Amino acid sequence: MNETRCIMIVGVGGQGTLLASRILGNLLTGAGYDVKVSEIHGMSQRGGSVVTYVKYGRKVYSPVIDRGEADLILCFERLEAARWLPWLRKGGRMIVNDQRIDPMPVITGAMSYPDDILARLRALGADVTAVDALGLACQAGSAKAANVVLLGVLSADGAFPEEAWQAALAEEVKPKFLELNRRAFALGRSAAV
Amino acid sequence: MKKLLLGNAAVARGLYEAGCRFVSSYPGTPSTEITEEAARYDEIYAEWAPNEKVAFEAAAGASIGGARSFCAMKHVGLNVAADPLFTVSYTGVNAGMLIGVADDPGMASSQNEQDSRHYARAAKLPMLEPSDSQECKDFVQLGYTLSEQYDTPVFLRLSVRVDHSQTLVELGERSVPEFPPYAKDMKKYVMLPGNAIARHVVVENNLAALAEAAETCPINRVEMGDTSVGFVTAGICYQYVKEAFPEASVLKLGMVWPLPVKLIRAFAAKVDRLIVVEELDGFLESHCRANGIRVDGGKDLFGLQGELSQTRIAEALGAAKKPALCFDEPVAPRPPALCPGCPHRGTFYTLSKLGLTVFGDIGCYTLGALPPLGAMDATLCMGASISALHGFQKAQGPESAKRSVCVIGDSTFMHSGITSLTDVVYNKGISTVLILDNSITGMTGHQQNPTTGKTLKGETVPMIDIVRVCEGLGIRRVRVVDPGHLRELEDALREELAVDEPSVLVLRRPCVLLPQVRAQQKPPLQVDREACRGCGMCMRIGCPAMRFDGRAEIDPTLCVGCRLCTQLCHFDAIGKEEQ
Repeated sequence: MNETRCIMIVGVGGQGTLLASRILGNLLTGAGYDVKVSEIHGMSQRGGSVVTYVKYGRKVYSPVIDRGEADLILCFERLEAARWLPWLRKGGRMIVNDQRIDPMPVITGAMSYPDDILARLRALGADVTAVDALGLACQAGSAKAANVVLLGVLSADGAFPEEAWQAALAEEVKPKFLELNRRAFALGRSAAV
Repeated sequence: MKKLLLGNAAVARGLYEAGCRFVSSYPGTPSTEITEEAARYDEIYAEWAPNEKVAFEAAAGASIGGARSFCAMKHVGLNVAADPLFTVSYTGVNAGMLIGVADDPGMASSQNEQDSRHYARAAKLPMLEPSDSQECKDFVQLGYTLSEQYDTPVFLRLSVRVDHSQTLVELGERSVPEFPPYAKDMKKYVMLPGNAIARHVVVENNLAALAEAAETCPINRVEMGDTSVGFVTAGICYQYVKEAFPEASVLKLGMVWPLPVKLIRAFAAKVDRLIVVEELDGFLESHCRANGIRVDGGKDLFGLQGELSQTRIAEALGAAKKPALCFDEPVAPRPPALCPGCPHRGTFYTLSKLGLTVFGDIGCYTLGALPPLGAMDATLCMGASISALHGFQKAQGPESAKRSVCVIGDSTFMHSGITSLTDVVYNKGISTVLILDNSITGMTGHQQNPTTGKTLKGETVPMIDIVRVCEGLGIRRVRVVDPGHLRELEDALREELAVDEPSVLVLRRPCVLLPQVRAQQKPPLQVDREACRGCGMCMRIGCPAMRFDGRAEIDPTLCVGCRLCTQLCHFDAIGKEEQ
């Protein structure tokens, strides 16, 4: 089990987490790994908290990532980072889009949105990389490309060559939006180094 | 070539490769993508039926007509299709017939978590259960072979984690078997009692033969390892067991009905402890126990609810809890919500404002139950809004009809609302029925339906006109109203509630996520923070784009400019400049 790597993609329904997981799945398959990607469809997609599990290695059995198992969590929103922290393994890394989207209990005033989430995550032991993915996506040409900005940030860890990422992008993104997403990817990648 | 495929897409690929020619389904999470993916193959005729019963019967007819056929549904959809199921079990098939049924343990998107394996036993049909996408594809092929060999429809049981996980699949070519000719055979297909009595004998004999075949069927597989514990498992649970206990002995059941009792008994004899791992009910476990096989752990360890996982299984068997980091403050839950600009929001705001009792139905609009809207009193199943309201009003007396309504979507109305409305008309009901027509099947991800004028394959067809259907049933008061105009909506609602006869309000506004609506999306609104008095009226609609810090604020990345909040603001503080 130690040789299986576990990546989670968490966010708010409608943020484009599914495209991010498709691109990641394509990249990992191309690299010759056994890959399992587990998604959420249906009701939760309507603005709810969503999570995708991506696991790869020589042989992967369960598509599910449990508490304390994730090597890396790609967080599309700050509060979601706090929510899914228990899934991070000791010493694991979080890449967090520094964006706030209020959930309904905060909108109705029943609960509050915590302050200083990122600093508190760090204090609790998470290795946090924060990035303004929404701002960079807008700079690339569309707020919808925040997902690919975050992949750009992830790509900077050097685990896979940039050409492999570019090939995965080209296969999973509609041709019409490829240039936009290449710009978003490049912005994320350079923000990370 | 290996490809990463969703379990549902792999089922569709299996249909293609096995030469399936006919697919009819009604959408339902987590089964929907099977039919959408099957429709991409030109070689497969694929359609959305108005409901699962119709889909099942169409697939049965196609099988009689000589085409390998398929229908997909979610677990509760099988309840709708149960009537033909129990009799097609008797008639058997001509060309092979497969029924895909997708369970939703944990209820990510369902109103209950029933275990559809009971149907296999009750209707006397074989049931196969894949544990990853490769098996999804392979079991389709095997399912057709068994179907034709044993003259029976065959279940393919899926669960959400198999449906919605992508795993690697080796693709093959399509091979179309020779189609059996259709020949009139009344003894086989006309289920008069005399014929059915004879067919029941055939069914029992077939099932006995299948049980014997299950003993040696290669998808029921023993993986011997450490013999101190042996697991009997199937489907996704096999993956969890292998991850939690890679060294253990496992009996993996690919066929979960009928069960290979001798194989299980022999496996049990080789291990010190026998543990049965399955989600939902103790289906395998009770069959083991009924046959006198010693079970050392099952539902007593894992429970009857929700999804299992490697950790749940390991911890139930005594593993120490893994340490986990935890945020130092309660994190607000993020339940799903009606989208910004959703046409249903105005409807539920108005129902809540008028304090009406609301019988709901199955669709996105079930979210109208959540705070701050909270405008729902009961939600049961597809079509139940109208019929349950009818019963409620009969129980409470005619005055109650002035204070209660029901809401049902366009697709749900076609699925099983028409018969319910018939009950209202026929039995002198005076209900006010709200048909929320957003021009698409929304919750399951935008499927066409008989009211949209498009088929699954994208062809243009005549729309079934909801207004004329209601008029045809004898409803005299049918009105179309735009739920985006709050005043107009409230006035119409008050009028229809007041009358002593049944009425239908068709609240028509297309889903905000439809491409044609998105193309005309308005710019986000802004709050004039000087003019805003902080009264909080605009917060009552529960729009995800609204924020409040003493005064209102709108998130420009979420707002689609629907102007519902503008209509509520007494101080003209929202969206002035955009007007």
